[in-house]
Amino acid sequence: MKTTPIYGMMAEFDSASDLVAAARKTNEAGYKKIDAYSPFPVEELAEAIGFHKNGVPLVTLIGALIGGLCGYFMQYWFAVDSYPINVGGRPYHSWPAFIVVTFEMTILFGGIAAVFGMLALNGLPMPYHPVFNVPRFAMASKDRFFLIVFSTDPKYSPTGTRQFLESLGPRSISEVPS
Amino acid sequence: MADHTEDVIENRSAPVIEPGHTFGSVTDKISSIVLTRPTSTGWFIGFGVGFLLTMMMLFAIGYLVVKGTGIWGITIPIGWGFAIVNFVWWIGIGHAGTLISAILLLLRQSWRNSINRFAEAMTLFAVSAAGIFPLIHTGRPWLAYWMFPYPNTMNYWPQFRSPLIWDVFAVSTYFTISLLFWFIGLVPDLATLRDRSTNRVAQIIYGMLALGWRGSARHWHRYESAYLLLAGLATPLVLSVHTVVSFDFAIGIVPGWHTTIFPPYFVAGAIYSGFAMVLMLAIPIRKLYSLEDFITDRHLQNSAKVMLATGWIVAYGYGIEAFMGWYSGNRNDAFLLWNRLHGPYAPLYWSLLICNIGIPQVLWIRKLRTCPIGLFLVSLVILIGMWLERFVIVVMSLHRDFLTSSWGMYYPTRWDWMTYIGTIGMFLTAMFLFVRILPMISIFEMRTLLPEAEVKPE
Repeated sequence: MKTTPIYGMMAEFDSASDLVAAARKTNEAGYKKIDAYSPFPVEELAEAIGFHKNGVPLVTLIGALIGGLCGYFMQYWFAVDSYPINVGGRPYHSWPAFIVVTFEMTILFGGIAAVFGMLALNGLPMPYHPVFNVPRFAMASKDRFFLIVFSTDPKYSPTGTRQFLESLGPRSISEVPS
Repeated sequence: MADHTEDVIENRSAPVIEPGHTFGSVTDKISSIVLTRPTSTGWFIGFGVGFLLTMMMLFAIGYLVVKGTGIWGITIPIGWGFAIVNFVWWIGIGHAGTLISAILLLLRQSWRNSINRFAEAMTLFAVSAAGIFPLIHTGRPWLAYWMFPYPNTMNYWPQFRSPLIWDVFAVSTYFTISLLFWFIGLVPDLATLRDRSTNRVAQIIYGMLALGWRGSARHWHRYESAYLLLAGLATPLVLSVHTVVSFDFAIGIVPGWHTTIFPPYFVAGAIYSGFAMVLMLAIPIRKLYSLEDFITDRHLQNSAKVMLATGWIVAYGYGIEAFMGWYSGNRNDAFLLWNRLHGPYAPLYWSLLICNIGIPQVLWIRKLRTCPIGLFLVSLVILIGMWLERFVIVVMSLHRDFLTSSWGMYYPTRWDWMTYIGTIGMFLTAMFLFVRILPMISIFEMRTLLPEAEVKPE
């Protein structure tokens, strides 16, 4: 008989405060491969599971810089090299006229980098994920809060982790099949 | 966080969200509008009217493509006419959405959470309606891609010293960023709809659009960064768009256009008309879908105050225009002022002053600021006034410029009106579809407004 591999152990909580407290205790207990799910952004939660910095600001900065530089040099190249138009002897490199498009390109590329960078770093789109196998997880987008310990965590054991999670006083505990 | 929640619930005048709601009730109330509530007859009538007007617009545009812009009232010297008047009017309306979602987010105005979603949708549809006009005004809309720099066998590039090309970049960037902002705000709510819908087709469609969102803390952390950064980028953007639109005028030397007051005065006017449109949509929507719990009197009042403030900036703009007409000592500018007050289009200028400066002063009355019908009517007056303003700017400056031999008059034809009213129909059609198939209030941001969202220290 084949047993289904286990993705992790999931505990369900009633409030954001309970989840943050539980996540903090789990992290302190030495579980490092954990995640928490909430129906709205909870500022303290990322901190509680030990996730401090994300790459989105850097990606956005790089995108914005690329956009701005491309925007400016595109116009420079058109006006000076590729398609110069002499208007009464005025300079080809008329930089004040190029500011607006440079600005717009900076914003455009920065914004696109922020959105798609965020999605890429989050690994989205990902229509299937093991956590969706837990029927109660449908409540995670409404009013329930979940904490998961992944089975890849070195400290993970089917009985030990369950006991530990039970000590946190959850509403329910379920095993997540992979 | 603590003060913020208190501020939300214990506000002096009216709360942002009525007390007694929980995460579940907020979710149920907003998602049921889309998922379980039967579609009302009123919705079908409204959608039908909008759809018929859209068809009228398509007919007018189709005839335009066959015949050319000669079917419009534009002539020389008034080559811009309705197309540009309507373009500027729609783009202006489109400013409120991003202002509400980005600038008010940065200013931590949490009352925005219940109106940002449909204000953003309104922005997208208004900018789409606006985009039609310059496109068809080119006369050969099938060559519109010439406005973008792409390598071509003709070996030419667009003229980047022209404000008209700046406009192409400003408006297309604005549309793209607004779309991203709107969509990214929708993703967590689409996940809610995915999990709550019982219809298989709806589950699949919402599921695809939700991109597999599962509300992980890591995801939320990156999401919040991206959302905030996008707001930071959209804030200068929203101010730049109408600035660039005003450059279309201000860079020219035509009397009445060539002034430095234009950028701030255009931006203020845009926000003025944008909030008027937000109110004109919010007031019937909250009544029809009984959303008074979420779109409270506080929202009406705050929007009215924004209109009052921006209305005064606009009034200052008119004042400076008139003052400079006299003070510059320029004969053409002075004549323009005289022409506005006494010329053939004078009734329009006077109506504009009444609509934009006179009547909105009733907003000083506190009672009126919370009276939905009164606000609806004032908003309507402001939208008409702002349309007249663009008509005055475009047509009155062009119709009598430097040479008396080249003076003329502009009369819109039935095709002008059909296209204009048709875009209003298109806008309404899109709004009706939006409130039917997507959550019109941001569910996850409403959850954060509840007191139970606060994390208690241990």
